Amino acid sequence: MALIEIDGVSKVYALENDQNLTAIDRVALSITEGEFVSIIGPSGCGKSTLLHMIGGFVPCSSGEIRVNGTAIREPGPDRGIVFQHFALFPWKTVLGNVEYGLAERGIGKEQRRRTAQSFIDMVKLNGFENTYPSRLSGGMQQRVAIARMLACEPSILLMDEPFGALDAQTRNIMQEELRELWQRFRKTVVFVTHDVREAVFLSQRVVVMSARPGRVKTIVETGLGPGASRAAIDEKADALWDLLRDEVVRSIDEERQGL
Amino acid sequence: MSKALRVAVFYMPIFVGLILWELAARVGLLNPALFPSLGDTLSAFVRLATKAHLLEHAELSVYRQSSGFFLAAAFGIVSGMLMAENRWVRNVLEPLLRATFPLPKSALIPLFILWLGIGDSAKIAAVFLGCLLPIVVTTYNAARGINKQLVWSAWSLGTPKWLIPWKIVLPAALPEVMSGLRIALALSFTLMVSAEFLIGQRGLGTLIGTLGEDGDYAGMFAAVLAVTIIGFSADRLFLWLSGVLLRWQDR
Repeated sequence: MALIEIDGVSKVYALENDQNLTAIDRVALSITEGEFVSIIGPSGCGKSTLLHMIGGFVPCSSGEIRVNGTAIREPGPDRGIVFQHFALFPWKTVLGNVEYGLAERGIGKEQRRRTAQSFIDMVKLNGFENTYPSRLSGGMQQRVAIARMLACEPSILLMDEPFGALDAQTRNIMQEELRELWQRFRKTVVFVTHDVREAVFLSQRVVVMSARPGRVKTIVETGLGPGASRAAIDEKADALWDLLRDEVVRSIDEERQGL
Repeated sequence: MSKALRVAVFYMPIFVGLILWELAARVGLLNPALFPSLGDTLSAFVRLATKAHLLEHAELSVYRQSSGFFLAAAFGIVSGMLMAENRWVRNVLEPLLRATFPLPKSALIPLFILWLGIGDSAKIAAVFLGCLLPIVVTTYNAARGINKQLVWSAWSLGTPKWLIPWKIVLPAALPEVMSGLRIALALSFTLMVSAEFLIGQRGLGTLIGTLGEDGDYAGMFAAVLAVTIIGFSADRLFLWLSGVLLRWQDR
């Protein structure tokens, strides 16, 4: 059985002039346990909104999303999330951020510290435990956010363009490290990105969404193993870009018409 | 450059101003009857401090100013937060705030005297009300303007929804709340002096008024100097406290 079932989900916003804006239109998708799925699409196609709905932050207008067969209504500890702009608690140190979720579960101080430390080591931030986020680079801040999410041991990782705010070099390193982490833990990952190559490199399946209203245009199995060559990844990414290109052009045209 | 030297250089224009003041008085540019010299002001300060209970006046004034300020801080932060988090509170308070924001609060001092008498309460009420609005408004705006994803992060990490305003929104809004408080702190001294100036037996504002009426301008300058010193120290103390509370900020 699928771990996540997205069942005919739509998101409709009421505009001020009594009109409705359909952001997401009847999306259906199932994701099995341990799978790494990316969602790509032109900006404004609702891919982040869809992720936020899986997270339980945004309600569906119709349809439902089930995790382990239960319809979700709000965020839960089974689903961890990282955002493009990290969303770290700036008044807490690296350690304080990573410990936060553990403290909320009532885990004792010593155990909390040990667990947090092991995740800080995992994202290679040992030595920065007592540093505040404002003094860290973007890449380091996103590592903290990933450690904070992993420390709560969610079974599903929701990643909302997590490397979109990083420079190209840092992004490459982070992609490699995320892939290693996933190969180690085999958690279910739903990864939103606008970077086609990133999607191909990381995931087993790539969901291509159409321009607004966001629908599932097609789903592509990458079929690439961990040892895939650069050429194979590039080839796959090019093929995927051909599928996406029309949608991006359409979304730019619509934007130009002031929709 | 050492820290002491840097501070000295920063405040140099003030020392230069004080020296020019004294020089201008000595060469006869200032009419001594209307504009006492720095030296006369300082000796009047010593005279007030030793013979005229300057410290007691100051204590009373600071008591009124700080009572009003701290009450306003407590009420202001709580109501600003409630406004940001609760639609009903917002619907009730927002029109009230919009209507009363442009009103000069010192215009209400005579009313407070009428209702609360000439004692401490009218003065504390004036300070309280004058400081309240800027604190409510900055807290409300700061709390509404925080990054929503901080709230989502806390929510997904297991923080119960009802605790999020206090655990997440308030700390995230703190930098702006602190700058609102600093503006209110400066206002609190203005309101304290204005209220005391209008009526009362004791306090620095009253002292300024009575010394001026008696023609003791050096004494009046000395009392103004006392208010300045207290206000300046309060602001420095506040900045220090802000620095401690907001040490996590990048600067």
